[in-house]
Amino acid sequence: MRQTDFAVIGGGPAGLAAAMEAANAGAKVLLLERDDWLGGQLVKQTHQFFGSKNEFAGMRGIDIARHFTEQIEKNENIEVFTGATALGYYEDGVLTAAYSGRVLKIKPRTLLIASGAMEKMIPFLNNDLPGVYGAGAVQTLMNVYGVVPGKRVLMVGAGNIGLIVSYQLMQAGIEVEAIIEGTSQVGGYWVHASKIRRMGVPILTNHTILQATGQEKVEGAIITEIDENWKPLPGAEREVKVDTICLAVGLSPLAELLWQAGCEMEFSPQLGGYVPIRDGNLETTEEGIYIAGDVAGIEEATSAILEGQLAGISVARKIGLSVSEDKIKKIKENLKSLRAGPVGEHIRQGLARVER
Amino acid sequence: MLKKDGVPSPEELKGVKPSPERLKEGPVVIVECMQEIPCDPCYYACPRSAFRPFPDINQKPEIDYEKCNGCSICIANCPGLAIFVVDYTYSDEEGLLKIPYELKPLPEKEEAVTVLNRAGEEIGRGRVVQVLNTKKQDRTAIVSIAVPKDILMDARHIRLRRGSNEG
Repeated sequence: MRQTDFAVIGGGPAGLAAAMEAANAGAKVLLLERDDWLGGQLVKQTHQFFGSKNEFAGMRGIDIARHFTEQIEKNENIEVFTGATALGYYEDGVLTAAYSGRVLKIKPRTLLIASGAMEKMIPFLNNDLPGVYGAGAVQTLMNVYGVVPGKRVLMVGAGNIGLIVSYQLMQAGIEVEAIIEGTSQVGGYWVHASKIRRMGVPILTNHTILQATGQEKVEGAIITEIDENWKPLPGAEREVKVDTICLAVGLSPLAELLWQAGCEMEFSPQLGGYVPIRDGNLETTEEGIYIAGDVAGIEEATSAILEGQLAGISVARKIGLSVSEDKIKKIKENLKSLRAGPVGEHIRQGLARVER
Repeated sequence: MLKKDGVPSPEELKGVKPSPERLKEGPVVIVECMQEIPCDPCYYACPRSAFRPFPDINQKPEIDYEKCNGCSICIANCPGLAIFVVDYTYSDEEGLLKIPYELKPLPEKEEAVTVLNRAGEEIGRGRVVQVLNTKKQDRTAIVSIAVPKDILMDARHIRLRRGSNEG
């Protein structure tokens, strides 16, 4: 049985930032990451980040991942296990993980669950045909493994992920037939919409996919214009010839470990699904169990980093290490200002119901 | 309309255009950032402080066009690729447009290109005058294109003509 001050589940932006903060304050940290490398979703984010210049804005996600990985590997207080999948957290405070063909048992004084999120799926005919992908999966294929998914893509969803992945598909030389969006407006940042639009990709709001066509694989998609009640307009159906259908229809928190650990959960449409009740320092209703990043509510990487920092520093304080109260205050202020604008409204509404 | 299809309407564009007088004076920045999003690298990028400080990071950028000399440093620093520079004084017939460009292959100097508007429609031809791709730009190249003055305010992207039969 391994003992540690602080176990971190998830080596994405939230987990990495938390590990750094706690380790720098003097905590012994054990970091578990399911992939064979650190960085989480950052490793495929080839675009420059938004947000504040103080928190990596202007840097590309891939470079932020590299920066964190180097810092973590240098830090003697952090022990990293890549290729390690957390399995469960039990009543006696024991965390288990599958690692290298065996089961690791860890007894941490404190725990951060930063397990991220998974992509949502939508129902339509033939959505199980090969060639139907999640947008995140396409991004992984292209930007991590250097494999293109097809030659001509229909993107479903005009949130930031749909817009950004469409742009990255174009950068990889793949045609994007159109981006369709069920609601009446572009959900992602308008600048992302504009940059893909001026490359000639249409963005069709009030449109949805009815079915994928093809026998063995995707050969096309039937799309239609819809009204505000999601009802197809008569005669608006048409088929587009594509070999890939890419779904960017939202994410939901990967909260299984939180359920198992007994944390009080609440359904929040604004935050993407069931998320844990937490206090202002990201501690859940189970003492010593903290959260950060998408598992705490779907947001973007800059807030995941800030949440990770807040959780990491709060853990350090919890276990009796001296931390800078000014720094805690500053992180909270930065988080608040990131969420202060119109695009942060749903986050503010969601948090108001789950923060106690 | 931006929120409907990603193409700004003439009304939306009004707010991001420098005055006609300023446009006549020489190169100047056009920041097509029309939504309140949490982002501020442009402010830090400008060596002449032409971007006003952001009291709230969600504010839209505000530009002091008298301070801007069109140096173009901000173009590669905008994560939204929303910054352009136009110069109506480039020559008698042509204006100069500078755009961020992240596609491969990069165009080459003197190459003839198809000019696209904000909706990706062809609106004319242009000639590449310069391609800047320094380390500081971090893989966002800045391409300068000479285009007829009458399409300078609509031209926002280019398509290479290599391999096509359009001549």
